Amino acid sequence: MLLNQFLLLAAVLFCIGVYGVISRRNGVLVLMSIELILNSVNINLVAFAVMTNAISGQVFALFVIAVAAAEVGVGLAMVLMVYRNRRSIALDELSEMKG
Amino acid sequence: MNLVLLGTQNPDAPLYVAQNVAFGIIAAMMIFSAFRVVTSANVVHAAAYLVMVLAGAAAQFILLGAEFVAITQVLVYIGAIVVLFLFGIMLTRAPMAGEENPSRDNWLLGGLTALVLLALLTYTLLDGFGGDRLPADLAPTDTGAVSDAIFGTYLIPFEAISLLLLAAAVGAIVVSRRD
Repeated sequence: MLLNQFLLLAAVLFCIGVYGVISRRNGVLVLMSIELILNSVNINLVAFAVMTNAISGQVFALFVIAVAAAEVGVGLAMVLMVYRNRRSIALDELSEMKG
Repeated sequence: MNLVLLGTQNPDAPLYVAQNVAFGIIAAMMIFSAFRVVTSANVVHAAAYLVMVLAGAAAQFILLGAEFVAITQVLVYIGAIVVLFLFGIMLTRAPMAGEENPSRDNWLLGGLTALVLLALLTYTLLDGFGGDRLPADLAPTDTGAVSDAIFGTYLIPFEAISLLLLAAAVGAIVVSRRD
């Protein structure tokens, strides 16, 4: 197996995640796109760990999974508060600080 | 550095047909599901497609021999994070029939950005790693080695992650408290 096939798969997932973060209206969907980005990074880390026979890549991937769990918890709490105050989580409507 | 050179010097390695076919099928499924996550109008459908992507990632980890990371991915990502998402979708009263316009006005610019980024990354990867092959003697990683690394070399980051998870749990409760 080529190393590049895993890296290219991770690159495609990363770019799809970037598109999702930029252009989704729903706050929960933006968080899901961030999860796509984090997963692509994990595939990269594990592929390199296997390539260079270093265990630290897999350990780092485990830490990334833990940090993603923490981030989703806090992110969803914030989305919930926005919903509670404004009855909608459309990111377009969060523009009170605008000009 | 020597390990990297060792990994690339196996031109007579056996052609892993089964692994390559499995990789191709799983990668195609992952890319299609990821595309549907960012384009579907129904939030619950997007969560289901996200589960497909996460399961595909776990399968890729098993293909690479990283069994512990694969099982952790299934347990934590699919088992906890997706459940968190579904609770979030429920509590923010997502319309069950799907929204009218799921994308913002700058979706074309976002698509362009993603395409340019993809072109850059593809060129860099093909130029930098060319035809490097994974080691021919790919064996499943010993889980004991992973645990030795976590509780030996990386003990301090491990404790920091524990504190981070505690802070995130307490913080989520405090942020969303009704008072």
